[in-house]
Amino acid sequence: MRIDCKHVWQHISAYIEGDVDSTLRGEIDKHLETCESCSAVLDSTRNVVILMADDRVFELPAGFSQRLHERIDRELQFGGS
Amino acid sequence: MLANPELEAECIRRVIAGERHLFHNLIRPCERSIYLLLLSLLKNEAEAEDAAQETAIKVYLNLHLFRGEAQFRTWVLSIARNEALGRLRKQGIRREESLDAVTDDQTGDYTPAILTSWREVPTAALEQKELGALLRKAIEGLPEIYRNIVLLRDIEEMDIRETATALGISEGAVKVRLHRARAMLQRELAPRLKAFAPKRKGLLWGRA
Ligand SMILES: [Zn+2]
Repeated sequence: MRIDCKHVWQHISAYIEGDVDSTLRGEIDKHLETCESCSAVLDSTRNVVILMADDRVFELPAGFSQRLHERIDRELQFGGS
Repeated sequence: MLANPELEAECIRRVIAGERHLFHNLIRPCERSIYLLLLSLLKNEAEAEDAAQETAIKVYLNLHLFRGEAQFRTWVLSIARNEALGRLRKQGIRREESLDAVTDDQTGDYTPAILTSWREVPTAALEQKELGALLRKAIEGLPEIYRNIVLLRDIEEMDIRETATALGISEGAVKVRLHRARAMLQRELAPRLKAFAPKRKGLLWGRA
């Protein structure tokens, strides 16, 4: 069984997650060895995933945490129970 | 900070037993996830912040109800989600349930952006404001059901199961949407991100 590029694209996300069975993983690995465009698609998808996980991409609004904890403090002091 | 569930459970016990101030430590590791989930659902920074505060208070008041079957953060996020859905309902906006059914049936057939190899991750370029802005804009441009998944799984790095629980959908749906979301982001971002990649001599960056 040989898989084509489209087939590889369909499984890119699961492949990155490590969520493909060993047979499919083997097929994809074999395909990637010889297919430059699929390798590039895999690399760029993985890079996008890595970048998104960087805390600098989504920062909380300035003062968010401080305001949150002040509000909590008010509840802890004056709230019931 | 409190990734260890036993420390977390201990902390919860102590807050309930009267050491209220420890609640700050308990909620701190969750606050980013709370905010991002709420922002994704409410699409308004000021309202997301207000809802985040409300969520924290509800978590505090209901802490004795946490049974420890789910992760603490997952439980907290389900409270945040209910808070958001309540607000949307008040605004007369129906959401999510109806979106659930529709969009997953669409074919996920897409053609990725094909580029020449691009191995280095331009994390250093995140120091530049433009790269962060580019990523945020692409994520904000995703349809809502995909954006929620990306925020929790890829930005907050929750696992598939936690993401599914927080959003009230199946793990299968998370995987399908995650795949499509990443495919859309790759197509949108890869050609532009190459401009940020560390330049190497003698290498041609392919057509974008
Ligand atoms: Zn290929």
